[in-house]
Amino acid sequence: MEKLRYERPVVKKLNTGMMNKFGTRTEYNPVTHIDGVSVKGLIEKYGSPLFVISERTIRQTYQDCKRAFTNRYPRVQMAWSYKTNYINAVCNVFHQEGSWAEVVSGFEYNKALQNGVPGNKIIFNGPDKTDNDLKLAIDHNSLIHIDHLDELYRLMEITKEVNKRPRVAIRVNMDTGVYPMWDRFGFNYETGQAWDAINKIILNDQMDLVGLHCHIGTFMLTANAYAIAASKLADLAYHIHAKFNKKISYIDLGGGFASKNTLRGSYLQGNVSSPSFDDYAEAICSALLNAEYSKQELPLLILETGRALIDDAGSLCGTVLANKRLSDGRRATIMDFGVNILFTSFWYEHKLSPAQEFSHYTEDGVVYGPLCMNIDVIRENITLPPMKKGDNVVVHSVGAYNMTQWMQFIAMRPNVVMIDMDSKVHLIRNKETLEYINNIEEMPAYLKEFNLS
Amino acid sequence: MKIKKNIAISESGFIFNPTTGDSFSTNPIGFEIIHLLKEDKNKDEIKQTILNRYAVDESTFEKDFYDFSTLLQNSQIAED
Ligand SMILES: Cc1ncc(COP(=O)(O)O)c(C=O)c1O
Repeated sequence: MEKLRYERPVVKKLNTGMMNKFGTRTEYNPVTHIDGVSVKGLIEKYGSPLFVISERTIRQTYQDCKRAFTNRYPRVQMAWSYKTNYINAVCNVFHQEGSWAEVVSGFEYNKALQNGVPGNKIIFNGPDKTDNDLKLAIDHNSLIHIDHLDELYRLMEITKEVNKRPRVAIRVNMDTGVYPMWDRFGFNYETGQAWDAINKIILNDQMDLVGLHCHIGTFMLTANAYAIAASKLADLAYHIHAKFNKKISYIDLGGGFASKNTLRGSYLQGNVSSPSFDDYAEAICSALLNAEYSKQELPLLILETGRALIDDAGSLCGTVLANKRLSDGRRATIMDFGVNILFTSFWYEHKLSPAQEFSHYTEDGVVYGPLCMNIDVIRENITLPPMKKGDNVVVHSVGAYNMTQWMQFIAMRPNVVMIDMDSKVHLIRNKETLEYINNIEEMPAYLKEFNLS
Repeated sequence: MKIKKNIAISESGFIFNPTTGDSFSTNPIGFEIIHLLKEDKNKDEIKQTILNRYAVDESTFEKDFYDFSTLLQNSQIAED
C-alpha cells in the first residue's frame, strides 16, 4: 500500500476576534511552477537557492506601464534604470521593448554601451562621474545629467579641453509634499539653486541644455507628488523659454513608482495600497498637459522607472534547511538564502509560498537565512504551513535591486535563470565559484607558506 | 504523556479546552496522534503507527513528535 504524504503535526491556538482583515490567506497556495516550469526541476538542474526571471512578466509589465502613459500623452520614452537590475539579459529585454538606458556610474555606462545601446540613448545620472566618464559620455553624445555645481564647473573645463558641445540636463530636487524630501542630489528648486545653474549653463554657452530631470524618491505611495514635480519642471522650462527663448526638449521624472510589494510594518498589503501605473500616469500627464510650457510644444516625457517594472518578474527559489522552536514558542524556519542575497527583506514583507502541496494547517513563525547573524531575518512574522527540511519555497517579487545589491558572503552568489516567452529556461548569470573569487586576490610571497605540523 | 480528560476534540480537528476557554486547530496527522494519545498509546506505539502509514523516516518523525509534544503541553492540552 502506498504511504500517505507526511506533514509535520501541528497544533495552533485560534484567536477569535483577530481575523485577517482581508479574510483570504493569499500566502498559502503552493507555487509549484513558474511560467509553466517546475520549481523542483529548476532547483534540481540549477541548484538552490536560484533566482528566476520571467521574461513574459517583464514584457507584460513594461507594456502595461508604457500604455498607461501613451494613452494619455503622445511623447513618452522609457529609460531602463540599470542599478535596479543590470544583468545584461534583463537589460536587453527592456532595450528590445524600446527602453533607453539610465546609468549612474562608469561601470553601468560601459555595460550599456557593451549591450549595444547607442550613446545618444544613454542617460548618465548620479554625483559620481569621473573625468574619463564625462569624456566618454561627451564622445558618445549621451545625455549628461548634472548633479552638483562642482560637476558643472568640471564639465565646463572638460568641454573646453575636448572642444565639443555636450547635451546636458540638470537634476532638480524639490518639495513635493513628501517626507523625507530627497534634497541630497541635484539643485534645489525652491531656493533658486536650480535656476542659478540653468543661468550658468546657458550664459556660459558651451553646452546644450536639452532637458530637466528629477527623481523625487523611491516607492512613492502618492501619485500626486509626481504631479507637483511635473508642474515645477514645466514651470522651469517655461521660464527658460521666456527668458532665453530656448526650448527644453524633454522632462525626465526619474523613477520611484511603488511595486506591489508590501512595505515592512505596513498595515495594508502592497497590492492594495500602491498606486497603479494608471494613477501615476494620470497625475503626471494631466500636470504636463495643463502646464503653461506645454502649450507651446509638448516636451518628451522620460521615465526611469525601476522597481515597478522588474520586481514582479523575479522570484527566488530556495530550500528549507531546518526547523527550530524558539524559546517564546514560535517556530523558526531556516532557509538556504539569507539577507545577503535578498537585501529587500529589510524593506518588504516578502510573500513566500511553499513549492509543494500541503494541507491547510498553518503555524506562526519566523523565517531566517543561514548567515549565523541576528540581522538575517527574511520574515519576522509569517504564517506558513508546516514545512520540513528539503522542502522548497518561492519568494515572490524580488526582481528589483537584489541582483545588484547582493553581497558575496560565506557562500557564492547563486545562478540566475530566465524563462523565455516559450517557457524555455536560459542560464543568464552563473553561480560564482571559488576560482572566480580567488582570481582577484593576491598572496604576498612571504605569506605563501606556513607549517602547522 | 496524556491528553487531559476534559479536552474536547471534534472530527474536524477543532480542540477546545473548557478550563481555559482556549480553542485550537490541528492538522490531520496531529489529530491522529492526539487520538492515539487518548487511547493511552505510548511513544513507541505511536511512532510505529505513523511510520507504517506515512512516508516519513524515523529520525524526522522523532524530532517532530518531540516538538509536537512540547506544543501540546505548552497549550495545556496534554500533561506528563
Ligand atoms: C536617478 C534615478 N533614476 C531612477 C531610479 C529608479 O528608481 P525606482 O526603482 O524607485 O523606480 C533611481 C533609483 O534610485 C535613481 O536614482
